[in-house]
Amino acid sequence: MGMSVMWTAMVGIAVLCGIGTGQGAEVAAAAVEGASAAVELCLSMAGMLCLWMGVMEVMERSGLSDGLSMLLRPVLRRLWPDFAEDGETMDAIAANVSANLLGLGNAATPLGIRAARRMSRRSPGVASDALCLLVVCNSSSIQLIPATVASVRAAAGCAAPFDILPAVWLASGISVSVGILAAGLMGRARPMERLPLRPERRRA
Amino acid sequence: MMEGAFTMLVPGILLATAVWGLIRRVDVYDALIHGAGEGLGVLVRIAPSMIALLTAVQMLRASGALDLAAGALAPVLDWLGIPPETVPLLLVRPISGSAALGVGADLIRAYGPDSAVGRTAAVMLGSTETTFYTIAVYFGAAGIVKTRHTVPAALCADLAGFLAAAWAVRVCFGT
Repeated sequence: MGMSVMWTAMVGIAVLCGIGTGQGAEVAAAAVEGASAAVELCLSMAGMLCLWMGVMEVMERSGLSDGLSMLLRPVLRRLWPDFAEDGETMDAIAANVSANLLGLGNAATPLGIRAARRMSRRSPGVASDALCLLVVCNSSSIQLIPATVASVRAAAGCAAPFDILPAVWLASGISVSVGILAAGLMGRARPMERLPLRPERRRA
Repeated sequence: MMEGAFTMLVPGILLATAVWGLIRRVDVYDALIHGAGEGLGVLVRIAPSMIALLTAVQMLRASGALDLAAGALAPVLDWLGIPPETVPLLLVRPISGSAALGVGADLIRAYGPDSAVGRTAAVMLGSTETTFYTIAVYFGAAGIVKTRHTVPAALCADLAGFLAAAWAVRVCFGT
């Protein structure tokens, strides 16, 4: 439903604004051209997107995500100290983070959900600090090779679509760090014990 | 400065991945073809929403509404160092992934992939996620009702991502 309202609002604003600014003819032209521009874009993205999906499949099959999980584990243990001893949850977190790094969104979500379900058992219905952090990490993507965006740039005639990589890494790193910091500070400012559900008692 | 190191980055990744795959005894070619086939599936999934959204976004651009919004928010965004033209992307990014891709693609096409606006839009798309969708999926699956500080913390990360994207483009490309 959300998207229906958003799309209607976009078209509505365009029509009203076009009448207001006297650019009705341009709006009418855009209404006809937009769709074919989208198809053109998808077609010219296709080659590069498919190639990189293939490369990522090779990376995944050669155990790159497993290797990444092993490398990341010491850092992840510190971020989720409550679950450092819980092997299965740590496995799921590590696999989720490394799938995100490789841009394997389809693989990352089920892994992350498995970790979230295991975390929620300790405090049913309430998002613990650990669970908040997991969701914040997943909502601020860290992607080593942003293939979709690069294919859009290539489709628009860019000679070096991957030249944004260092900027993407820098921005993602800052975004994730701020998210982790914010989650930590906010969790400390309003600890869970003060909430009415008192999940601590259920832990036994 | 970046040119030298990055010319061979993409061919280098292709070669390194293939060689590493062979060492690990992976059927590299089969994996490549299979993954590329899945890429077609991704395209088929995003094409319908791109058709709907690019139509709406291009109508908005033609009507002058995007320029009005950019003009209205320009003082704040200029102060933050974010190109005002990226306003529509900032607004839809946390809500809908396909809408963000449509709006971002429109910006990249309209201003050029190597313009400051086009690059900033690309870096924003690459370094942030569809926050509200992610939160809904995870908390829905884990049966969470009290989300506590998740939403504000995730939005802090998004805002930092937008600011950092504009800053990183300035640092890396000097525009």
